[in-house]
Parts: sequence; structure tokens; C-alpha cells
Amino acid sequence: MTLTDLAVGQTAVIEDIVGERIQRMKLLDVGLVPQTKVTVRKIAPMGDPIEVGVRSYVLTLRKAEAALIVVKQEEGA
Amino acid sequence: MQDHELRIALVGNKNSGKSALFNALTGQKVHVGNYPGVTTHLQWGALKGGYAHLFEKTSVRIIDMPGLSSLNAYSTEEKDALASLTLHRGSQDTPNYLIDVIDAGNIEMGLYLALQLLELNMPTIIALNMIDEATSNGVTIDTVELERELGVPVVPISATKQQGITALLEQVAALKDHPLSERRIDFCSGDLHKAIHSVCHILEAPAAQVGMPVRYAAEKVIEHDEAILTQLDVEQEDLHVIAHIIDHLEKDSGLASETVMAKERYAFVDDLCARCASRVETSREQQRSQKIDRVLTHRVWGIPIYLCIMALVFWLTFSVIGGPLQEALEGFFDWSGGAFGEFLLGVGVNHWVYDLVINGIWAGVCSVLSFLPIIMVLFFFLSFLEDSGYMTRVAFVMDKLLRKIGLSGRSFAPLIVGFGCNVPAIMATRTLPSERDRKLTILLTPFMSCSAKLPVYGMITAAFFGTKATLVMISLYVLGIVVAILLGFVLSRTLFKGDAMMYVMELPAYRWPALSDVVRHMWDNAKEFVKKAFTIIFLGTVVIWVLQNIDMTFNPVSYSSQSILAAIGTQISFIFQPIGLDSWEATTALLAGLAAKEAIVSTLTVLMGPLIGSGLTIAAALSTIFTPLTAFVFLVFILLYVPCLATFAATRKELDSTIQAIGIVVMQLVLAYVVCFVIYHIGLIFVG
Repeated sequence: MTLTDLAVGQTAVIEDIVGERIQRMKLLDVGLVPQTKVTVRKIAPMGDPIEVGVRSYVLTLRKAEAALIVVKQEEGA
Repeated sequence: MQDHELRIALVGNKNSGKSALFNALTGQKVHVGNYPGVTTHLQWGALKGGYAHLFEKTSVRIIDMPGLSSLNAYSTEEKDALASLTLHRGSQDTPNYLIDVIDAGNIEMGLYLALQLLELNMPTIIALNMIDEATSNGVTIDTVELERELGVPVVPISATKQQGITALLEQVAALKDHPLSERRIDFCSGDLHKAIHSVCHILEAPAAQVGMPVRYAAEKVIEHDEAILTQLDVEQEDLHVIAHIIDHLEKDSGLASETVMAKERYAFVDDLCARCASRVETSREQQRSQKIDRVLTHRVWGIPIYLCIMALVFWLTFSVIGGPLQEALEGFFDWSGGAFGEFLLGVGVNHWVYDLVINGIWAGVCSVLSFLPIIMVLFFFLSFLEDSGYMTRVAFVMDKLLRKIGLSGRSFAPLIVGFGCNVPAIMATRTLPSERDRKLTILLTPFMSCSAKLPVYGMITAAFFGTKATLVMISLYVLGIVVAILLGFVLSRTLFKGDAMMYVMELPAYRWPALSDVVRHMWDNAKEFVKKAFTIIFLGTVVIWVLQNIDMTFNPVSYSSQSILAAIGTQISFIFQPIGLDSWEATTALLAGLAAKEAIVSTLTVLMGPLIGSGLTIAAALSTIFTPLTAFVFLVFILLYVPCLATFAATRKELDSTIQAIGIVVMQLVLAYVVCFVIYHIGLIFVG
């Protein structure tokens, strides 16, 4: 599953980042790296982009970008 | 260090407070410098005199770099900044010292960048900025431990409150006299460590040849950075070995090499943070931001609230604060001009000189200057919104809508700046990560009515539309936006196909903007405006006055309709007849407006001079050349046609193409003409 499959409030752990190199680099640079926890916090008024919490900061990204982030939901989460 | 000059680059994430530190260090003596070979303007400034004693005879210059998230370049702006850090080492135009500015409230991203900056092998100091805010938010950072782990000095500062600046500079001075310690931090172990090590070994000679730090080169090559690899002269055989090393790394980890690299860096950072920083789960600042965002980025109310805020800004600017101030200033100029005129007549000055000074220069320059309060108020609000962190929310809220016209939410900030002035707006497009977004944003920016168009709107609407003046003014702003939307819609489906790419960005916590920054921003723009009034506008009024008062044989004329200016205006006014602007005065004003929009006001004022002199009000004088309909058409033309020479120059520079810039000018002229033609002829049906 990818980050787009999470509902608001859900948390998952990143497994891999896919897509073209430049897109992957951008996502990795802002700290979306494997084994990191992400929480979907909000969805924009028109349904895109989304707001996620990572570590101690907040990022906004488009759904097209979120779809490149392969995640796994923790057991019982 | 053999260099006799310290050129300190301030590097750091966006929003880490580099510019605030820049101002604290330089005392706000900002000027824009150019780089040879690299097309960019990074801001350079000399160190404030008060700090100079720390460096004895060494001169110190500070360079404000654009925000970076890593040593990967995505936007033009980042490419320029990186080139200056990694190429042309030792040149007079590249930095030889780094201050890495890290936001103490968001140290993970800051340290991720720091790890990479340390690979550049330049003397580096970390400035832990906004330490005061972080502390009050419940974050404590063990700087001693951080220093030990990173092997470079870490100095806590607060740039906006000017705290810790001296301590920071003392460290800079101390490090300058002592060569860099040989101790290097290694963020990784295991396979990646081995890979970097092996590639370093291979690249040693090729990297030294081009003056590139070898570890930086190795890491970039492992990350499949083709641009870096082409700069290095690596033998075919070695390329195979490198490919093999990368292959091995990827197979073992099951991840792309770039992913492994970033993962290891962040693992190091997370581990470092766990040891050096303690903090609460969600800081008070974040909690406050979340509360504010519950309203401002609300699913239903987000967009309406944004529109209301913009409406409020314009209302406050034009009606409540700026408007009355402008009228007061105008009154003052009228009064002082009158008094000055009396004085000139009193001492018996020649009447031609009197006319030139009072009806030409004074009237023209003051008609423009009187708009200074409105412009200052507008910039006050725009920079307030930007500094508070709201603009990032606007990008979030508006992104999907903007994508329909081929732009991205990130294009929004430049467009809003365009309401102030198109030149910085067009320059601000450099922050956009995609060339396509960037070009389209540059193209659409001029349709945001800039503050220089304001005096023209103000003058004409006040003269023709009385109580409905503000309404007409707003309709012009709206018309500009509508044209931009339609044009964006069409262009993104024809010339600019392809989806806007890459949006991801940090959402900073709301911050109460530092008044000093907002005021400085306002002041800088006010200065530009005043400078323009006394240079280009001043010159323009003299030229217009002269051309208006002599005829083709260079003899003085008794009526301006016999003047050279009238002759020129009449010659080309046939072009404007189909859109109702057949008076030579209007045509001339439009020509003058090519240089700067304020010049339209000063030109009309000078041209109306004789009529005003004979006792007419400016409104009555203007109604000899315009009807309300043609006045409106005139304004629409001004809204849509070529913004000004400075904008043209900025466009040409940012697109790096004269042909494209000229193409934009042609498009603007055609568009203005067509829209005016339609409005005029529809208007005629109603007016009769």
C-alpha cells in the first residue's frame, strides 16, 4: 500500500520510495526515508494535497507524490 | 587560510532565518551582486562596522544563500547556490567559509543538510538559530555534545533578537586562524561506508583535478548524479568498477542507492537528535499552529477565508489606511507647490521656467509620489502574510485550483508579490522546482496589477467614476486575474502541456512576523519607488514638457496641440482609434507608460497642465479627452499591455531568452488590444 491509502489520522511506516529519480530524491531529502513513521494529518479543501507529520515537523505533498511512498501499517495501528 | 578576505556564505534550510542573520551581520546594507559564469544574484553584504574589530585586518563579506534542503538542486535558485558552493573554489566570487543556519525548532532537516555541507571541506560553523523560541517551546539542545559529534563549533543564536551574534563571530575568527581539524564524521557504517570509501579512492585524482571535494563527489556519484559524473574525468574502467560497487550496494539492501544514502543520513541524524535534543511530543508552537489551521485550512472554509483575507488587505490598503494618507499627501503637495510657485513668481522668474518647474516637474513628480503611502501599506500587508507562514497554507489550499490553470500552489507566492511589483515577483519564480511552472508563472504575473498601476487607476477612476471609483478599481484587479486564469487555462493545454511536478514542502509553524523585517521590506520598496520618481519620472516629465511646448521648428507653441508631442501622438493615434482612444494625449501617455506605469500619471498631469492652469479641475481637464467608457478602456489597456521596462528586463533575464521575452511583449500588446476592442464596442452598444 502507499501513503494515499491511509485515512486522516492513520500512521504507517515507510518501506520504500519509488518513481523517477528526481522525485525520489526530493521526497528522501525532506526525510521521507524507509523505516520512518508518517501520519496523515489533513486533506486540503479540494481533496489534494495532503498534510503529513514526520518526526517533529509537518510536510504537505500532492497525492501524486504520496503515491510514490510505499508504506506498511503497523500491527494493531 | 591564505585568502585575505573571508567570504562567509549563510547556508541552511528555507525558513531557518538566514536572511535575519544576514541583516544582523551586515546591518541591512543589502545589495545584489552578480556572479561571473553563474547566472544568479546572491545577496552580498559587508560585515557591520561594529563587528570588524573581531577580524583585525581581514575584510569580511557575507553572502545570503537561498534555502536548501540538501546538496541536490531542484530549482534554478538552488542550482545557482550549489554551483557557488561546489565549483570555482578559491575564486573571489565564491564563498570560502560557511555558517550553517539551523532552526533549533526543526533540527532534523537542518542536520541532514549539515552532514552534507561538512563533506564540502570548507571551514564551517553551525548557528543554532531561534534558540529562544525553541527553549520556550520546551526543546533543549545539548550543544556541547552536538559539537563533539559533528566536529564543528555550534553556537546558539537568535538572529531576530540579535543574541549570540558576537559569540558566533568570535568562533568564526577563531576558526579562521586554525586550520580545519582532520577529524571527519562518518554518518554510516557497513556496506554504504565501504562503498563510499571505495568510490572516494577511485575519484581522488579526477575530483582534485576540478577542485571538487572528493567525498562529496563520491556520494553524488553513488546517488547516480549524472551531472556530477560528467564534470569528472573518470576512466572507462573505473566507471565499471563504480557501477559494480553501486550494484552491489543496491542488491544487498534491496533499495536504490539514493534511498540507502538518505536513509543512513537520517538514521544518523535521528540517533544524534535522540542523544543531543530533548523535546515535548508536540510543541506549544505546533499546537497553536494546528489550532489556527483548523480554521485557515479548513476543508470548506479554507478558500473563502483566503479570499476574505485578500479582500480585507486591499480594502485596508486602498480605503482605510492608504487612501486617506494619499489624499493628505496630495493636499500637502498642492499646497507646497502653490507656495513654491508664488515664491518663484515673486522673485520674477521667467514664465517658461516657472511653467517647467511647477506645471511640469513639480506636478508630475508629486502626482506619482503621493501614492507612496498606499504602496507602503500594501507591501506591509504582503510581507506580513508571507513572514507569518500563511502563504504556505495558501499554496496548500489553492494548489488543486491552480493546477487547473497549469500552475502549482507554489506559484501563488510570486503571483501575490506581483500585486506589489512584478520585478521581484518574476525573480521569485526561481524558487519553483519545475521550468514549466516557472515559465507559465512569469507569463501570468504581469496580469496581477502592480502597485505602479495604482496611481493611474486612482487618478482616472477618481476623475470619472466618483463614488463608484473603488468598485471600478476592484473590477480592474479582478479582470487581470480573470485574464490570467483564462490564459493559463488555454496555455497549459496547448504550449505548456504536462502536469506540474513536485510540490512537497515543509509547513512551517505560524510565527508572529518580526516587525523589523516587515518594516525593512516595506522600506526597501518605498525607496525603490521614490528613486524611480526622482529619476525616470523626473526625466520623463521634463522631456514631455519640452516636447509639449515646442513645435516642429523648435519654436515655443501657444497651444500644446501644435507641439511635437501632439504631432507624434496624432501620427500613431490611428492605431488606437478602433478602441476609442483617439486623443494624442492618451496615446502619448501610453507610450510614456512603457518606461514605467507611474509615468502615465505624470504625463497626463503635465499634458493637462495648460487646462488646469486655466482653472479646470484635473477631472474636468481629463474629460476633454476621455468619456467614462474610453477612460475605462484606457485603464484596461494599461492593465494588460507591457508592464514596464524593468519587468521586461527581469523577464528576459529569468527566461534567459530575448526572443521569448519579446514574444511575451507581443502577446501582451495583442491581448490588450483585443480585450479593449471588445469592451469598447460592447460598451458603445449600451452608451449609444
